Amino acid sequence: MTPEIALLLAQDGISTGAIYVLVALGLVLIFLVTRVIFVPFGDVVGYAALTLAALQLKQTPGTVWLVLSLAALATAMEAATLIHRGEARRLPKALLMYAVLPIVPAALVWLAAGRDLPTWLGVALTLAIVLPISPLLYRIAFQPLVDASVLVLLIVAVAVHFVISGMALIFFGPEGFRTEPMTRAFFDLGPINVSGQSLLIVGCSALFSLLLFVVFERTLIGKALRATAVNRVGARLVGILPTTTGAIAFLLASALAGISGILIGPVATLYYDSGFLIGLKAFVGAIIGGLVSYPATAVGAILVGLLESYAAFWSSAFKEVLVFGALIPVLIWQSLRASGGVEEEIEDEDHEKDA
Amino acid sequence: MRWRSHILLGLAVAFLAIAPALFGTFTITLMNYIGIYAFAALGLVLLTGVGGLTSFGQAAFVGIGAYATAWYTAVQGGSPWTGLLLALVLSGLAATILGAATLRLSGHFLPLSTIAWGIAIYFVFGNLDALNRYSGLSGIPPISIGPVSLGGTTAIYYFIWILLGAVMLLCRNLLDSRQGRAIRSLRGGVAMVESLAIDSFRMRLAIFVLAGVLAGLSGWLYAHMQRFVNPTPFDIRPGIELLFMALVGGAGQIAGAVVGAAIVVLLKNVLQDVLPAVTRYSAQLEVVFFGVLLVIILQKARGGIVPMIRRFLPRPVPIAPVAAAPLARRARPAVTDQAVLRIDRATKRFGALAAVNEVSFEVRPGEVLGLIGPNGAGKTTLLNLITGTAKPSAGQIVFLGDDITTMAPRHIASKGMARTFQHVKLRPNMTLIDNVLLGTYPRTHSGFLAGAFRFDRVEERSARAEALQQLQRVGLGEKFGDLAGNLPLGQQRMLEVARALAANPVVVILDEPAAGLRQLEKRTLSDLLRNLRGDGMTIVLVEHDMDFVMNLVDRIVVMDFGAKLAEGLPAEIRADARVQEAYLGGVA
Repeated sequence: MTPEIALLLAQDGISTGAIYVLVALGLVLIFLVTRVIFVPFGDVVGYAALTLAALQLKQTPGTVWLVLSLAALATAMEAATLIHRGEARRLPKALLMYAVLPIVPAALVWLAAGRDLPTWLGVALTLAIVLPISPLLYRIAFQPLVDASVLVLLIVAVAVHFVISGMALIFFGPEGFRTEPMTRAFFDLGPINVSGQSLLIVGCSALFSLLLFVVFERTLIGKALRATAVNRVGARLVGILPTTTGAIAFLLASALAGISGILIGPVATLYYDSGFLIGLKAFVGAIIGGLVSYPATAVGAILVGLLESYAAFWSSAFKEVLVFGALIPVLIWQSLRASGGVEEEIEDEDHEKDA
Repeated sequence: MRWRSHILLGLAVAFLAIAPALFGTFTITLMNYIGIYAFAALGLVLLTGVGGLTSFGQAAFVGIGAYATAWYTAVQGGSPWTGLLLALVLSGLAATILGAATLRLSGHFLPLSTIAWGIAIYFVFGNLDALNRYSGLSGIPPISIGPVSLGGTTAIYYFIWILLGAVMLLCRNLLDSRQGRAIRSLRGGVAMVESLAIDSFRMRLAIFVLAGVLAGLSGWLYAHMQRFVNPTPFDIRPGIELLFMALVGGAGQIAGAVVGAAIVVLLKNVLQDVLPAVTRYSAQLEVVFFGVLLVIILQKARGGIVPMIRRFLPRPVPIAPVAAAPLARRARPAVTDQAVLRIDRATKRFGALAAVNEVSFEVRPGEVLGLIGPNGAGKTTLLNLITGTAKPSAGQIVFLGDDITTMAPRHIASKGMARTFQHVKLRPNMTLIDNVLLGTYPRTHSGFLAGAFRFDRVEERSARAEALQQLQRVGLGEKFGDLAGNLPLGQQRMLEVARALAANPVVVILDEPAAGLRQLEKRTLSDLLRNLRGDGMTIVLVEHDMDFVMNLVDRIVVMDFGAKLAEGLPAEIRADARVQEAYLGGVA
């Protein structure tokens, strides 16, 4: 490997890693606030990229039907719960949240599909329609299990992944798509050429990570999210509803997934199930950060991007094996580090009723 | 009433025995698949339902077993029986490595890494030239026993189901043995498990490896029945189907593995007829269907199907323990001035707060020592330091002449220290006698194989007799077969005491044993503790009920704000002005 190739691979790895950063931050955010290990998160990233690709091909993206069916299901479940509890007066608000808000972007996308759209409008529509997916999945699959153990939530998450990735196959078919690059600029930086798209990815990733940080530090919602993450019972005692913070966490994460999908669309050919692997690699990054720390997660995600880039150069067939295989030494390292305080940690874990 | 379950079992066996005469090849082939999947699902039942862990990569372990024997027999021309050995060893080895890396971490790291592992192994199968990449290996010979080939559908049918029956019996025996009870106690927190001298990590690893080996066995059968392997059935997607089998049948129920496997195989059979009419992608969409069903089951019926059926069967009448040779007892130190337990300037800081600050005292053999103090004085933290649940920031703790300051709780427990908890820690879904039997763990020795093959019966009888004796001692002898969760709180505390006594400890540490007890129960408890003292047991007791303490204990240590305030005879403590001030906020 020459230094030029090494640099090129590093550039590639950092820009892929920057996307993993956004995805991993979303995963950690959801996990800390709701204890859900949101395996289908990568699929949401995939939906975002494929939606944009469909819009650019002047087709109606299947995302419209996904969002509509999820909205119908969530609305029905919420209405049934409210009526069962005798709180029918809260129905209008539920209708607004679970029916109207998701239907509006779905309708807009449906209307816009097939027309010649400027890039920014396609991006905006994609973001708008991806936004409701995660919160709706939360309402349908996870909220009824709010008291279940991490383990049960994880099994549900894996099941949900298979459902929505199977639906992606129906909606988008087995072919791969690539969206149009947002910029074709190239910058000559001495030994290597850096593509504008790479810079855009890294820049966006940094910007939105920073934005997330500001939300956490400066806004009341961010503080409520942090409070829930630190102590769920305590948060409830001061009037923070775990289901509300849960929905907000999923909404924020959905935005991160949308952005990630839009950014990765032009640099990789994506298939209906590619998102899953993206999500899992982001998980590897998050696990390097121990699933607790946002900065460590970001560092871990960049490392995964670099590892993947160099592994692909070494043997493209075994790229995935190397990336996922890297998890084992990471976990061993975490085990050794945690061996002191493991008692309390596992104790927390096990307040489960049954699995 | 047991006969009803026996009749059900007999009918099932009879049905399986005559099935080949009743049905055609197609149905028998389906039943072969049910049997083969049931092995892998059984592993998950033990792992998820019993051990409280889970794996999404179970199909990958099946793949290791299948590929190991396929490569050895089809490529190397070896015998399927050596292939079996290879399949079991390799799947067990892979599970050991993966488990050793993840099982010390909290619960979600293992399942997450099994997803990554499941995908990685799929790519390995698909990219290795030696395994013929994605095309797979064909020409795998059938299993033969001596001259009899098991190549025919019916021959392998009997082989699969007889083997499955034997394996299920072994698993049932295992769960009803010393190590099996330890595995069943894993769910619900490690603090209790470790306080019983059980190595929770080793138990988790054992159950994970067992699940992996069962999957390897399933893979071996699969390869030799199918006579062909490729990577597709060992991806992460079939992994979720296996998990579905374990959960739909009823996690924790051994029979649930067969029920779950049957449901999945039959449903898939229907789906394969129906789905192609609806969509082009029917193979991929089966998993959508199972995914939706799985979410519904976890939301609405987490217990699975077998417990629903079982509800209509009478609960089997528990078998009373019979008289047996007593378990070996521990030598107790003679009543001398030599301290059993010496706490020397023990300190525990949480940040700037010293919850326990330079506390020193000794516990003498055969005495009952009361540890009292206002709320927040640091009593429970001190108990945690003594029992090893927490590590002191400074100071030393010596038990029976050995420094135990940094020792793990299970090692301290096996040296002869038993404890109860301020918040009762029992296994509500286990019977009273099983809970107490957990206490005998450090006094017994049977291993996993002894349990599975019932070589442990002599020791088991002694342990059961001992457990019953301790239950009778705390007044719960009649209820030995009830579930611990059905007891009122006061009796749950007594049950914890019985479990501690079953360990035949030198020192018993009781954290607020009288809290929540009624007057009569308190009297029973103090009579019991007096009896124990008579037997030479050393007791350390944290308690708020002053009457209870003053009438019972030999000496008292008073703590306040983390420090020792006073130490002495009950009468001296009662007269101590500082103690009165600490309790009453100053004497007027």
